[in-house]
Amino acid sequence: MKFRTLALAAAIASVGLSSAVFSPAASAQAQEQFFPVLVGRTGPVAPNAVPWANGYVDYLKLINAQGGINGVKLSYEECEFGYATDRGVECYERLKGKGATVFQPLSTGLTFALTDKAPVDKIPLITAGYGRSESQDGSVFTWNFPLLGTYWVAADVAIQHVANQLGGLDKLKGKKIALVYHDSPYGKEPIPVLQERAKLHGFDLQLLPVTAPGVEQKSTWLQVRRDRPDYLLLWGWGVMTSTSIKEAQATGYPREKMLGIWWAGAEPDVKDVGAGAKGYSALALQHGAEPNSKVVKDMLAMVHDKGQGTGPKDEVGSVLYMRGLISAMLGVEGVRQAQERYGKGKVMTGEQVRWGLENLNLDQAKLDAMGFAGVMRPVQTSCTDHMGSSWVRVHTWDGSKWAFSSDWYQADDKVLRPMVLEAASKYAAEKNIQRRTAEQCAQ
Amino acid sequence: MFYRENGQFKTSYAADQQIFTIAQDKWFVWGLIAFAALAVPMLADEYMFRAILIPFLVLSLAALGVNLLVGYCGQITLGAGAFMAIGAYAAYNFMVRIDGMPLVLAMLLGGVSAAAFGILFGIPSLRVRGLYLAVATLAAQFLCDWAFLRIGWFTNNSSSGSVSVAKLEMLGWAIDSPTEKYLFCLAFVVVFAFIGKNLTRAAIGRQWMAIRDMDVAAEVIGIRPMFAKLSAFAVSSFFVGVAGALWGFVHLGSWEPAAFSVDRSFQLLFMVIIGGMGSIMGSFFGAAFIVILPIFLNQFLPLLGSLVGVTVSTAGISHAELIIFGSLIIFFLIVEPHGLARLWSIAKQKLRLWPFPH
Repeated sequence: MKFRTLALAAAIASVGLSSAVFSPAASAQAQEQFFPVLVGRTGPVAPNAVPWANGYVDYLKLINAQGGINGVKLSYEECEFGYATDRGVECYERLKGKGATVFQPLSTGLTFALTDKAPVDKIPLITAGYGRSESQDGSVFTWNFPLLGTYWVAADVAIQHVANQLGGLDKLKGKKIALVYHDSPYGKEPIPVLQERAKLHGFDLQLLPVTAPGVEQKSTWLQVRRDRPDYLLLWGWGVMTSTSIKEAQATGYPREKMLGIWWAGAEPDVKDVGAGAKGYSALALQHGAEPNSKVVKDMLAMVHDKGQGTGPKDEVGSVLYMRGLISAMLGVEGVRQAQERYGKGKVMTGEQVRWGLENLNLDQAKLDAMGFAGVMRPVQTSCTDHMGSSWVRVHTWDGSKWAFSSDWYQADDKVLRPMVLEAASKYAAEKNIQRRTAEQCAQ
Repeated sequence: MFYRENGQFKTSYAADQQIFTIAQDKWFVWGLIAFAALAVPMLADEYMFRAILIPFLVLSLAALGVNLLVGYCGQITLGAGAFMAIGAYAAYNFMVRIDGMPLVLAMLLGGVSAAAFGILFGIPSLRVRGLYLAVATLAAQFLCDWAFLRIGWFTNNSSSGSVSVAKLEMLGWAIDSPTEKYLFCLAFVVVFAFIGKNLTRAAIGRQWMAIRDMDVAAEVIGIRPMFAKLSAFAVSSFFVGVAGALWGFVHLGSWEPAAFSVDRSFQLLFMVIIGGMGSIMGSFFGAAFIVILPIFLNQFLPLLGSLVGVTVSTAGISHAELIIFGSLIIFFLIVEPHGLARLWSIAKQKLRLWPFPH
């Protein structure tokens, strides 16, 4: 009897499985542009990844409420991968089959895994503010778009900001700067630039890794207590950041001397610490918390007030919500740009979206019209530059909200460009890729 | 009625020593292999290959390796993820550092490197047993995590610590489409499953099982515990190392040490426990259960929700997936502590009497 029920259950399950898996996956509607959404709504990165996902999905809803891209409505589907690379690859394969034309992997490890798949599948990857830094070189990384800056840009600006605080780049000599980082490809990305800058200006760089997910950092902060670095850069992610700030508080390390990356510079990171995090700064790759911008007001009026908002209403306009929103905007604008060339009101393919992203030109007038005035600076990409913009500001937590505390910085191309070219050439040699020529770019 | 050995007479020792003594079993296995090699490539789509079948095959191979050690030799290990990592990184280094290295040879050498470390980390098994041994093998896991994160040489000084492999090619055959990758993995798995099956039937496998059942008694009847245990570690690590190389090269293409974290070790151990300890078939059942079920739940729950008119949030699905998956593990361990492989053999037993059970 028991066996019979078991066998029955197994049979039903296997039938269900095969129907779920073998059913034709390409069921995307013909007249809708499909946007896959890779999210991390559970797991150690959830505090930061949830607002990102809400912003992303909300922007797609906003575009639909405004009538789509030249009339083409957007459809989307979320897939939860919880920052695990192998589940992320599964999500990618699943959503690819549904007609995805642009992916935003939201994880450096996953970006590495997908970078090799994208050229084969002909689907561009947008990694807005993250991803692999050398992919800025679009003539090698045809399908990667690290729009609005990379971790190398962030690291470069971090050093500029520290120098600014000290009163000049020459004052860096002999100073100690520590990097507390999430021990993963994400956390390791900035290291080459920091090492280059350390050589250039003669400061002492200390590397203090924190094992993922980063809830256990006592030994790292003992080292900080012992060495007392002059400045501390924090490459944290999810639960790691708030733990770091609490440890800094316990160690008595001044929060004013701490500078986080944008992932570590949002409300969830500091809210629980509250006043204890006062004075902590973070790099904002363009935008910070923008509750007063026009796009946020539009969002509230057209999506949230109609009861269609994805997350809590009071999070609309928060730092990572804006990051998700801008990431979605970049994808949408890529499609819009592609339609300029391949036909307005049509659904674009991955290759066409790639062209759109490579020829993106969001000038101030366009940004103002979309409601991004004051939120970000213009972005213009080209075949050789897939990043489009390297402007960064610094914002500081005042105990209750993030407020900008610096002017705009721009990453120093004299330092970065040779590094990007060198790393990209190394990748091209490893993978046997020919750099695209000017003619191939023009196509 | 159909599945019974009546009338199948063995007239030679060779016939008596076949892997599958019952003709139906033999036909079933050959049929299964033929189906996997010929029919599946025509039926399955890209998603099926890349997201389900390839991970399933590779992790089956790894589970098979772990099963040789845990199920057949009785030595509990929590270092399987580390041996996968050693296999993958060693194969990577052989490929990168030696010009013109053939792919398959690099993978096998990755397995050999893993075997060497397996012997090294198997040495504690000569003195400690059970949970203590599990803790000792955990050291291998942490050592490898540390080494591959911190020592730049292993990753060819990649700044991010992530390594990636160039195009896969074997004797002029470029392995790039999902179907080819699947067939490549399938070939490995079939060959290794037969090797594993034969090893467990041979003298060495009997030694392992004797050690598992009672090591003092085994020693009394003349089995050298050191040889038996260390050979089990070596063979098991070799299998796991090759699986690691396949996981890195064929499935991920580019990976970081987190791909072989302690979670992977636990996952492999669970596969063996759920699938059935001391059973080659069980390794496949366990891998199927652990790899496919979560993905299936993840896709099935929204469908189920839409049938009854409920939209389940993405986070809700993830949480439900973990809850159901966990409950199923407990359920199977309660109703069948010997694993899914035991259910399989019960089914075969019943089928022999069907339709006239006595």
